[in-house]
Amino acid sequence: MDGGVGYADMDALKATELRLGLPGSDPPEKPLPTTTTTTATTARPTKRSLDEDRAARREPSEGGRATSTRATKAQVVGWPPIRSYRKNSFQAMKATAEAAGLYVKVSMDGAPYLRKIDLEVYAGYKELREALEDMFKCFEGCKGSEYAITYEDKDGDLMLVGDVPWEMFTSSCKKLRIIRGAEAIRGLGSSQ
Amino acid sequence: MTYFPEEVVEHIVDFLGSHGDRNAVSTVCKAWYQVDRLSRRSVFVGNCYAIRPERVVTRFPEMKSLTVKGKPHFADFNLVPYDWGGFAQPWIEAVARGCPGLEELRLKRMVVTDDDLELLARSFPNFKSLVLVSCEGFSSDGLAAIATYCRGLRELDLQENEVEDHGRQWLSCFPDSCTSLVSLNFACLKGEVNASALERLVARCPNLRSLKLNHSISVESLNKILARAPHLVDLGTGSFTIDNRSETYRRLINSFFKCKSLRSLSGFWDASPFCLQAVYPVCTNLTVLNLSYAPAIQSADLTKLIGLCFKLQKLWVLDCIGDKGLAVVASTCKELQELRVFPSDIYGAGITAVTEEGLVAISSGCPKLNSLLYFCYQMTNSALTTVAKNCPHFTRFRLCILEPEKPDPVTNQPLDEGFGAIVRSCKNLRRLSVSGLLTDQVFLYIGMYAERLEMLSIAFAGDSDKGMVYVLNGCKNLRKLEIRDCPFGDAALLKDVAKYETMRSLWMSSCDVTLGGCKALAAKMPRLNVEIINENDGTCESKENLSDLHKVEKMYFYRTVAGPRNDAPDFVWTL
Repeated sequence: MDGGVGYADMDALKATELRLGLPGSDPPEKPLPTTTTTTATTARPTKRSLDEDRAARREPSEGGRATSTRATKAQVVGWPPIRSYRKNSFQAMKATAEAAGLYVKVSMDGAPYLRKIDLEVYAGYKELREALEDMFKCFEGCKGSEYAITYEDKDGDLMLVGDVPWEMFTSSCKKLRIIRGAEAIRGLGSSQ
Repeated sequence: MTYFPEEVVEHIVDFLGSHGDRNAVSTVCKAWYQVDRLSRRSVFVGNCYAIRPERVVTRFPEMKSLTVKGKPHFADFNLVPYDWGGFAQPWIEAVARGCPGLEELRLKRMVVTDDDLELLARSFPNFKSLVLVSCEGFSSDGLAAIATYCRGLRELDLQENEVEDHGRQWLSCFPDSCTSLVSLNFACLKGEVNASALERLVARCPNLRSLKLNHSISVESLNKILARAPHLVDLGTGSFTIDNRSETYRRLINSFFKCKSLRSLSGFWDASPFCLQAVYPVCTNLTVLNLSYAPAIQSADLTKLIGLCFKLQKLWVLDCIGDKGLAVVASTCKELQELRVFPSDIYGAGITAVTEEGLVAISSGCPKLNSLLYFCYQMTNSALTTVAKNCPHFTRFRLCILEPEKPDPVTNQPLDEGFGAIVRSCKNLRRLSVSGLLTDQVFLYIGMYAERLEMLSIAFAGDSDKGMVYVLNGCKNLRKLEIRDCPFGDAALLKDVAKYETMRSLWMSSCDVTLGGCKALAAKMPRLNVEIINENDGTCESKENLSDLHKVEKMYFYRTVAGPRNDAPDFVWTL
């Protein structure tokens, strides 16, 4: 059979796997590159790994089911059941958006992962601030904790957001960083 | 009854709306068959291969409206190869010969070529309405033919078709004398469209009520169009992007103020958040809102908009609305009947999405809900039981948990009980799609309780043949069954073959049926076309060389009086 990785190995692999996602959550994963040998058509390898999976299910398991070859499902043709018209529109939209947009990474101190936003979507600093607040709401912890929005410009310097006209900012901003805590406020003075 | 004059029978039968009722009338006796066939104006063919077009035309010579469906439903998800079939040509040719009085044609999941459209355009002098849904094979040239030759055209409705772009001039082909348009939908067209030709067309069609624009129409153009057609009832916006709070935006919001009749909105592809504010004036009257193609709109803006739409009956959104957003829907949209929540992040690991909480909120806030399509990352039995209790009126219930075979995350149990609650509570359920971890038990429930069920979609579910047998034994009204990646095999397939003549079709892919099983089915049921779709990766094995134990990758069979079809490609074997 293809794959040839036993289930014990699968669990061990899974434990050491690095992936994006909140701890404890189990979102649909991107396919693991190692476990299945994908041939030109995905139909047959998928089918065999499903047979493996069904065999595992018939074994007595305590409580839950083995998640085993779940990763391969992400490659399954025709899943999730979304009309190809819709999928294609989204692909096209992503392509044009990413081609046209000004995508910059946004990091926040203490957050486990970064986000990406398209600066072209916002009319000005106010909308940007609101969007960032919304995006990182879940990491705020205690309400009212101080933070400062900074950005790295073309020269690599860390600048405070809001000093220059909006258009100048969008053309020179390379990435955003939200700094939290006392350290952030120290340097602000009265500028905010 | 024998003394009942035919005119009276015809008059009575005219009141029957549904195809099913009229079909039933025609089987009563020969006289009634004749009355029905000569007076039938609207004909519905659910499977284009179930009957030859010529027979339909001969039987219903006074036909004014024809609906034909082609490919099986799973073709929507790329499970059916491109050239499998479903050609419109024989239908259009037959109707052109036999029913030149045709006024309306509706095709779904069929292959329609430019030649077909040209033949259509030239053959029916009274043609009024063309509706193409999920079709492919034609280009803007075909549309040009329709525009040019269909005098008196009222409706051109193109829904989610794959249309090749051969230039923008097709719209200019509507002659100046064309003033009859009521509905025009070209939202799925990818290319540019002649905006000024469109504006002139809109200006000369005073009865235009439904207009759905494509990507290429700018806000400036939309403004001009709305100024000419403030009586629109249904609008699909174009690109809906404005750079900033400019004059265009001010004019746009004014235009919407004047659209007092607007009840349905869609489009919004590139809509930036503050553009949405321009439609606030019409929100309080909206009954239909489709935001499912607008991934750029975040939850906060979505909810601000929806929070104004308290008359909403139909809502399509992306899952970035979140559970909180759905709570806003639940508290605002008390008239809601249909909800569809699509996944916005198909290619990555979703962070903002909807869970069972959103669905429960909707169910408790929207008691009139009867149609649901819900993509989510998780679902619990408890939530489904609550939903079933709150909303007993579901006729369509489609739940798609994005991760196949995912159990209830709280109890780690299969979702059998949850779906069981749904089928027990919703006595009028006609369509059901199940997902998540499911054993044979859920099919026992479905067979026992889903008496009105007509269409069932199953994926990655079940333990054994028993599951499929429960369904086939129990669901008396089942018409369409589609199954993928389930452990159902020949024993289930062959248990009760007579059942299949009461159904339109059955699809099974990546299951355990073998070639031998399919052959046995075909042998027992001559009035089924049993098709094996055998895509291969270069190792071309003819069916003579394959053993009967070979597992069939894709099987699709349907009842038919037309015999095996003559347009099947090489990779489709009719047994």
